Amino acid sequence: MNVAIDIFTIVAISAGAVFFMAGTVGLLRFPDSFTRLHALTKADNLGLGLIVLGLLPQASGLLGALKLVAVWVLVQLAGATVAQLIAHALRRKGPPT
Amino acid sequence: MSVIQALDIGLALLVLAVAGWTIAAREAFASVVGYVAYGLLLSLVWVRLFAVDVALTEAAIGSGVTGVLLISAVVRLRKTEAPAAAERPGVVLRALAAALCTVVAAALAAVVLLMPDPGATLAPEAGQHLGELGVGNPITAVLIAYRSFDTMLEKVVLILAVIGVWSLASDGNWGGVAGPRRGARPEGALAFLAQLLPPLGIVVAIHIVWVGANEPGGAFQGGAILAAMALIVLMARLTEAPEIRRRWLRLALIAGPAVFLVVGIAGFAIPGSFLAYPAGWAKPLILLIEAFMTLSIAATLPMLVIGPPDRPPS
Amino acid sequence: MTEFLLAAAGFVLLTVAVGLLRVLGGPGNVDRTMAAQLLGTGGIAALLLVAAATGVRGAEDVALGLALLAAFAAVALTNSAAPPEGRDPE
Repeated sequence: MNVAIDIFTIVAISAGAVFFMAGTVGLLRFPDSFTRLHALTKADNLGLGLIVLGLLPQASGLLGALKLVAVWVLVQLAGATVAQLIAHALRRKGPPT
Repeated sequence: MSVIQALDIGLALLVLAVAGWTIAAREAFASVVGYVAYGLLLSLVWVRLFAVDVALTEAAIGSGVTGVLLISAVVRLRKTEAPAAAERPGVVLRALAAALCTVVAAALAAVVLLMPDPGATLAPEAGQHLGELGVGNPITAVLIAYRSFDTMLEKVVLILAVIGVWSLASDGNWGGVAGPRRGARPEGALAFLAQLLPPLGIVVAIHIVWVGANEPGGAFQGGAILAAMALIVLMARLTEAPEIRRRWLRLALIAGPAVFLVVGIAGFAIPGSFLAYPAGWAKPLILLIEAFMTLSIAATLPMLVIGPPDRPPS
Repeated sequence: MTEFLLAAAGFVLLTVAVGLLRVLGGPGNVDRTMAAQLLGTGGIAALLLVAAATGVRGAEDVALGLALLAAFAAVALTNSAAPPEGRDPE
């Protein structure tokens, strides 16, 4: 059972790390700011989400698990708001460059 | 080399790279972004050094209050940025500045490298008396009991800083309002965040102050988070800062040091010396002081960030 | 397991930090803000991984504080780009 849980953790965290890498590559390689914003939000959502998911079975008790989920929810809230604000700021500047 | 050593070395190199970049950046905005990132990396470094109390402070101050303060400074300096960047000091002045910086850096490096190993420490003594105080976190014991006089004076310094900022107000604006005006139509997403986040932030702040007795946390960290919550409401233009002539605001600013001082003077009467806690009463008194200090810190930091009043009282 | 968690933390942190260092030089302030936001999230992920690996007490509270304030820098940065008065989002 323990081995199964550990494999789950390793798979989920590796997938999360891949999303962080994808987000960074997107931020560096995508042609304009709107597409780069798209890459950023994927890393925020799924990268951290998968890492939190992978860490949940390793958490110390219910409170530790709840804190992990709370961290993810708060980052979601921040990420969604920031994406909106950045898109607005970009639109004020005019068409995508 | 084990994985943890590789991680630590990588982290140290990253901190150095970001710090170097922040200093070298020619644009104020870019160097503020670098500095905010530097603060975040630094809180990771503190966790690796097992100084979680410091990591919490860095996280709460660095990503909340400091970032907002520096950005508003950049906005205010925007007009003068181009002339300031064009102005380059002479060769002699630059050489002197470089020499002075090198000497300071070399002296700091020497102090770190010449430290006795193992270093002189009072940690065992600090740990020994935790039971008498009723607190489990040695950091809190040092701050509120062993060297409580310093901590009290630090809070007085914060009040002096607010007085200094307010004294920059012009005569007509004295007693008035500082900071962003209330927006007619706040931006939707930001207003939503500013309405949703403060209740959560208040819960987290109270949690951090409360666990501060036994785990990493405490009044300054909790107060800094509360201050950040006040700042996001102001930045979203949902409301305006209070007029600085308000009695309740001034009471909130001085509540922490005042309660500290009253407890300290009461120490003369009961245990017999300034800031001494009567036996058996240490824990409740520490919690009382921490609660009022949290309030004062939460009131002081936003007033420092938004600056002197720029509109007259209504 | 511990080694894996630490390696993952190092990988995530290195990736987002390299991204930040590349973008800090330009092209624009919006991209710098985005890179700082990505470093914030990556830093929180790395902190959670390190906390799980080393079991430092209270490290989750640091992550909680960072997550709570994750939007702050970007809010201040985009606020500074907007005209100070009479802002209209549409």
